[in-house]
Amino acid sequence: MFSYCADPETLDGLTWLSCYLTTGKHMAFYGAFGTVLLLLAITAPTALAFGFGGASAARSSLAPLRWVGKAYISIVRGVPDIAFFLFFVIALDQGFEWLRHQALCPGWDQPVRQGNDFVVCQAAKLPLSSAPQWIHEVYGFFLAVLTFAIVFGAFAANVLYGAMRAVPRAQLETAEAYGMSQRQCFWRILVPQMWVYALPGLSNLWMVLIKATPLLFLLGVEDIVYWARELGGTKTPQFTDYPHGDWRMWYFLALLVFYLAFTRVSELVLERIMARLNHGQATSGGDAQRTTA
Amino acid sequence: MSCWEVIADYGLRSLGIGERLLPRDDFTLCKQVVLIGSGMIWNIYFGALALVTGFFLATAVALGKAARNPVARKLSTWFIFVFRGSPLFIQFFFAYFAFLSLKGVSPIFDPFTAAWLGALIVLFLNTAAYSGEIFYGALQAIPRGDLEAADAYGFTGWARFRRITWPTLLRLAWPAYTNEAIFLFHATTLVYFSGFPAWRQKGDALYYANYFADKTFNPFVPYPILAGYFILLTLVIIGIFGLVNRRLNRHLPQAARGKIRFRPNLLR
Repeated sequence: MFSYCADPETLDGLTWLSCYLTTGKHMAFYGAFGTVLLLLAITAPTALAFGFGGASAARSSLAPLRWVGKAYISIVRGVPDIAFFLFFVIALDQGFEWLRHQALCPGWDQPVRQGNDFVVCQAAKLPLSSAPQWIHEVYGFFLAVLTFAIVFGAFAANVLYGAMRAVPRAQLETAEAYGMSQRQCFWRILVPQMWVYALPGLSNLWMVLIKATPLLFLLGVEDIVYWARELGGTKTPQFTDYPHGDWRMWYFLALLVFYLAFTRVSELVLERIMARLNHGQATSGGDAQRTTA
Repeated sequence: MSCWEVIADYGLRSLGIGERLLPRDDFTLCKQVVLIGSGMIWNIYFGALALVTGFFLATAVALGKAARNPVARKLSTWFIFVFRGSPLFIQFFFAYFAFLSLKGVSPIFDPFTAAWLGALIVLFLNTAAYSGEIFYGALQAIPRGDLEAADAYGFTGWARFRRITWPTLLRLAWPAYTNEAIFLFHATTLVYFSGFPAWRQKGDALYYANYFADKTFNPFVPYPILAGYFILLTLVIIGIFGLVNRRLNRHLPQAARGKIRFRPNLLR
């Protein structure tokens, strides 16, 4: 990175550290923090959408749709989430390949499961074996995002379902009395009003989502945990210009601090949003604002 | 090979008793159920011990956070912040590598790099922080009248805590604490995926479920088995905690007794 880094042998102290921390691999490590933030940025709205769909389905007047919604909400609870992460990554991958197999290779007569192998025709492989490396990486990341969205969508559905039921019945009845249809009641009254009841649950969920991001490592994505293990391990002079002992402890300490800072900042931001949503609401939080003002 | 033989061979495999090698071929349903069930021993071991030991530290932390002494208050607040604000997964990794470094300093730290002690310590501290926050919340919610009544009867110091504060605190915290216990048992599945090595393939339930999923390339059998075991474990926890809840609330009129309901579970 810096010009004086040309010959690492001659460096010591802080200059050595500054050169060490700016090697190409460390840049990839810093980039992995971007991966985590990207995952959060994509997953949070997707999970919220899944949750909204699940919660709306669970309170639908159509019985089969209601069962699907309720099953979705309850199925992802009660079992360790990490089991779902490990399960969905393989299951989704195989599901996609099976669907493509059905569509692309109609003439195939052998079973897909042969003993301990999962066999689909060449054209149905995802991604195609001829695809460049970055497609494989993007596909892996996409599977991870989808897995996170499904699992956290169920949690969000649970929170939103509770919030929809917490909206005072009188507000909906007033809307009906004004002649609004079911659909208008839902979109104009229920949806805007439910957020103040949903936010405590959703902010809790956001914290949990942040703390779940290291599980990306288990899904095979090269994230910060992967790089911390990789870079921190003992390096001998044969393989690197910057030999050092086992520093994994310090790398994970850095990750720990990163997460602490991240959750703390989120907490402060969410507090402000909550104060804003409480404004003028007929809840104890809203009352507290009125009396102090 | 009948299922009884499989139970004899693999029933205690997670403790190192029985067959030395894990099954290599012919992954029957019976083998998967038995081996994953055998792994549950470790989940129960980690969860139960961390819960029991963590309970006492949690009480201390909650009292510390509510204390007037600024040192105790700061210490407890930071302890709770550090363990609740960071992912358990990273805590496991950090603790494992920290113990590994300490091992070089003194052989006393040898057992700490093994999961049975090292991971247990992390889980103990983690659950103490989460339950500490729950207990602190309950401590703040104790009705003023109860404490005033205690003062009026002349209760002070330890007797006041033991007879009035503590039982009320537990009573108020119990539903949330039940939830925390369920989380904790779920969190035990992270142990063998976070640095701590499974020595001689003695792992927990998820370790074996993952082994089968890798070998058969079919996730649709081992993971539902694991899910079944955990739902069963969750029901047992709710049952036991429900009994305690009944005892804690036995002085209240029937209608006022809160029932423990199965609440949403989130990971940490």
